[in-house]
Amino acid sequence: MSRPLTAWIEGIGFLAPGLPDWLTARAVLRGETPLTAAPSVLPAPSILPPAERRRASRVVKLTLAVGLEAAAHAGADVATLATVFSASGADGHNCHALCEQLATDDRQISPTRFHNSVHNAAAGYWGIATGAMASCQVICAYDASFGAGLIDALGQVVLDRQPTLLIAYDSEYPEPLFAKRPVPDVAGVALLLTPERSERSLASISVTPSSASAEPLADAELEALRVSIPALRALPLLQKLARGEAGEICLDYLPPMQLKVDIRLC
Amino acid sequence: MTPLLLSAYTATTCLGRGLDATREALRVGRSGLVPCAFETVQLATWIGEVAAVDAEKLPEALAAYDCRNNRLTQMGLETDGFADRVREAIARYGKARVGVFLGTSTAGILQTELAYRRRAPETGALPDDFHYRTTHNSFSLAEFTRDYFGLEGMAMAISTACSSSAKVFAAAARQLELGTIDAAIVGGVDTLCLTTLYGFASLQLTSALPCRPYDEARNGISVGEGAAFALLERCERPATGSVLLLGTGESSDAYHMSSPHPEGLGAKMAMEAALRSAGLGAADIDYINLHGTSTPANDAAEGKAVSALFGNTVPCSSTKGATGHTLGAAGAVEAIICALTLTDGFLPGSPGTENVDPAIPIDYLLKTRDGKVKRALTNSFGFGGSNCSLILGVAK
Repeated sequence: MSRPLTAWIEGIGFLAPGLPDWLTARAVLRGETPLTAAPSVLPAPSILPPAERRRASRVVKLTLAVGLEAAAHAGADVATLATVFSASGADGHNCHALCEQLATDDRQISPTRFHNSVHNAAAGYWGIATGAMASCQVICAYDASFGAGLIDALGQVVLDRQPTLLIAYDSEYPEPLFAKRPVPDVAGVALLLTPERSERSLASISVTPSSASAEPLADAELEALRVSIPALRALPLLQKLARGEAGEICLDYLPPMQLKVDIRLC
Repeated sequence: MTPLLLSAYTATTCLGRGLDATREALRVGRSGLVPCAFETVQLATWIGEVAAVDAEKLPEALAAYDCRNNRLTQMGLETDGFADRVREAIARYGKARVGVFLGTSTAGILQTELAYRRRAPETGALPDDFHYRTTHNSFSLAEFTRDYFGLEGMAMAISTACSSSAKVFAAAARQLELGTIDAAIVGGVDTLCLTTLYGFASLQLTSALPCRPYDEARNGISVGEGAAFALLERCERPATGSVLLLGTGESSDAYHMSSPHPEGLGAKMAMEAALRSAGLGAADIDYINLHGTSTPANDAAEGKAVSALFGNTVPCSSTKGATGHTLGAAGAVEAIICALTLTDGFLPGSPGTENVDPAIPIDYLLKTRDGKVKRALTNSFGFGGSNCSLILGVAK
């Protein structure tokens, strides 16, 4: 009695090391331009009120960048969108600063640092920036965070019949946590998912469990990004979309469960 | 939504381990709060600490998960026969068809706080025995639970601060409705740590006295810890008297990181969405378990939202004067308290609260009383403006 987890993709947002936006990433994934190794570049979040902009951390800038890019790509009004955020960790620099101070005799931590420490900080700033009052999910599934976010976002699209913006993202920790969790840089993927096909639809995706292995990306540098940043486990799906190819791919999820994604073009 | 059966459930807080300890404390209006003497914390505040958490021994094969949060997770799972009911469900449905959906705000961050005191003097490195993935990471309690039962299907942690383990019911309900799973372990676990104790103190949101939800003199929260779980399943013909999840509602304040919308707008939207999801009206609700943290702002905003929707006709209370604010576990703890009101026929009072704030026109229960509850609503709101309301009912 299982209903398929299916939706239409209307917009894509992307940011990764050397790939500042979806258009650049699309050209690289199509093999038209080579990937140039460079740190991720985060645009200033002009959408935030000045007081919040000053507090904006790297994950806040990242999620605003990819989320707004996907919504603009789809021509969607961000204030109306339900959102699903999924990340393997929160603001690593903030977390380090708190743990460092709590290990000293002066434990009077900053209240701003404390409220920025929650896993849903980026989602909270998204709400403040966009005015979106719809449901907002915030998930963590370690390396499986992209798949977990995709599963919940598709569930909302299918059952609630409303456009839902999936924002999967990750960021780095400084040392000494970096040695324990070596995510090299920030990266994020946003997909605007809708229940119905429209003139803006790019493709439909249908997700089912699988036990197959994810196929490595042919480009070694892209493959290195896929395996080192959890949100970029989405790259095989994005490569198909970039190339305008239909077909099936397998995404790494939570061993032994993998996700088979059936892509159909519009 | 199609109602779902809570085929097993359990809660462990400072009131005690399991349903009997919880119902007995709520019946007599006992609070589990004590002056803070946790770890090396020096704060003038009260806390709700679960007894004997650190005596819990994890299985050897899962030793990398060892931390206070996973000790409390295991303690909760092994209470009220919950783990046995999970194993029966796995035998019925298979290892890939039972999902895990758990809420937490800080998971095992205490382990990292302690590790930062043991950094290598030369390099600053964290000790070798510190395991980030299985203790610190927000997913650690869900991955621990998945491995504890040898599950092979979907799992996620939801971390939206203090609404986390209410929202897991909504996420699991979606997958059960879609049929991608046949049963779900839902719940929440949060444990005491320095980040939350010093953090809430930094925001001047902790009280020097036991918290007094909805009191006119309320002045802050008492941080608690807890583990609460439910096993959710589809059920066409639930047995009379069994507890059902009838509706879920989620919303965002889009207002401020650490203060609620002053008119309780997001809270009202979440309650309305839960009523819509359950196909019910305000008059169908017999009891509301309030978020009621005991901060001036939360209770005022939530009170406005409840009053706007329900007037002063529905008995309400916050049980945080008994349990403390169990943060990411609060949604699940209070869903289980609602289950007890449905099965046992009582409405819990509010230990600590003496004079209900006259500015909040709702029917607030100071003392526990007997009463038939057919449908109960519970609210959970978190930092970042994350709101979730659940409606539970009893099967005819």
